[in-house]
Amino acid sequence: MNPGLRTQVTQLARRSALRTMRQPAQIVPALVFPMFLLAVNAGGLKDATNLPGFPTDSYLTFILAVPFIQGALFSVMNSGTDLARDIETGFLNRLALTPLRGFALLSGLLAGAFLLGVVQAIVYLAVGLIAGAELAAGPAGVLVILALSVSITVAFGTIGLFAALRFGSGEAVQGLFPVFFVFLFLSAMALPLDLLTTDWFHTIASINPITYLLEAFRSLLIEGWNIGDLALGFAIAAAIFVLGMAAATSALKTRLVRT
Amino acid sequence: MSTATPVTRLTVARAVAWRSIHNFLTNPAFFFPAILFPLFFFVSFAGGLAAIGDVPGFDFPSGYTAFQFVFVLLQSAAFGGVFTGFAMARDFETGFGRRYMLAAGRRSGIVLGYALAAIFRSFLTWAILTAVALVAGMEVGGSAGEIVALYALAVLVNVAATMWAAGVALRVRSIQGGPLMQFPVFLILFLAPVYVPLDLLSGWIHTVASINPVTALLEAGRGFISGDPVLVAAAFAIGLALSVLFALWARGGLRSAEAAG
Repeated sequence: MNPGLRTQVTQLARRSALRTMRQPAQIVPALVFPMFLLAVNAGGLKDATNLPGFPTDSYLTFILAVPFIQGALFSVMNSGTDLARDIETGFLNRLALTPLRGFALLSGLLAGAFLLGVVQAIVYLAVGLIAGAELAAGPAGVLVILALSVSITVAFGTIGLFAALRFGSGEAVQGLFPVFFVFLFLSAMALPLDLLTTDWFHTIASINPITYLLEAFRSLLIEGWNIGDLALGFAIAAAIFVLGMAAATSALKTRLVRT
Repeated sequence: MSTATPVTRLTVARAVAWRSIHNFLTNPAFFFPAILFPLFFFVSFAGGLAAIGDVPGFDFPSGYTAFQFVFVLLQSAAFGGVFTGFAMARDFETGFGRRYMLAAGRRSGIVLGYALAAIFRSFLTWAILTAVALVAGMEVGGSAGEIVALYALAVLVNVAATMWAAGVALRVRSIQGGPLMQFPVFLILFLAPVYVPLDLLSGWIHTVASINPVTALLEAGRGFISGDPVLVAAAFAIGLALSVLFALWARGGLRSAEAAG
């Protein structure tokens, strides 16, 4: 990276990170909401562990994978809403008058998502372990969970950037939240894939990438080290990142031409 | 000499309800989420958690689809009220609510109008939800009267939630009050026996669910759909009490909005 580009990315990343940390309305729901659902689901679905073939006797351990994905969904909202605000207030137009590169803008804006991803992962894992969840992969697994969580959070953040650039409205970005929640609900969120007995649901969950992101976390929490599941999880996160960045870059070009 | 029609509470309510329903039906951003949310919850709970019906001790006679249908029905009733509160807050934020206040002779008719609109949108949602559930093979063990009682219970939940949200909307008068309307409703709904009957819950969630008034509403509703009514008087008493309590809360909100000018 040449010095000019590095300066641009650094400045925008600093702004994005500061903006995220200065908005409790972005951080608090992303931490509290998934923890509330974790508590409710862990209590309400505890008996699911009595089903033959359930992979663990701790439903808390099983369901602990879910907050990491919910947290990533908040990243779509946060990164997208911030950029949409820049568009609505004209800040992006002013940036367009500078020699700033599109890559620098998009990368810098993801710094907030990165930071939030780290905070979220630490909080979710700490709360889960304190509440009694197991981590079969041991201490080294903590680092991999953090890496996986941040990768997914940043990857989802690119979708928020694309939505903001495409629609130019914070309200439209907010409207995406339920759409992404549908992906989570139609996955192996609450039961393992093998125990989804409704055929059509099993089919949808089998082709839903969220299922495999969840399984990557679960492999560390329940099994220990399953390289295949982990590789698939990281590969899906990378694919979402590449597709999201490509879409956001294209939308940025269109928006700058439009403005 | 022309004779002016007296502006009664009902006249105001009808006008407010008509506008609110018109906005709901003609704006896809309001219409589709209201219809799709309950469907997605139903699909993911009834479809994704069907195996929970095989858990030892789960003996709901009409099966897991009907068990979850009642939760989603009551949830959509509550959120129909909350979404109407959003509309009210938006109207006050944009100044339209103030015009209502100036024009309405009986201002309680404004709240009544929003409540009527909330019931209308809920009926629409329930019709679609019920159709989908029946197509999905939901077993209904209750009689026609018991099913009517189930929907009557849902109407009470809808009224209570609308009054709660109206009270917040009229005090905050901004869509920023949205989380305040939504989160407590979400909280109280999910702290009830959502996935399994109360008897199968244990630990803190059992304790909380045991004192949560929504539990009685859910158990009564599930009793109606399976043809084995339980806690009927308690559920209707709770539904009525919540509606009256939150109607008073909404009236306080109206006074607050009047005082704000």
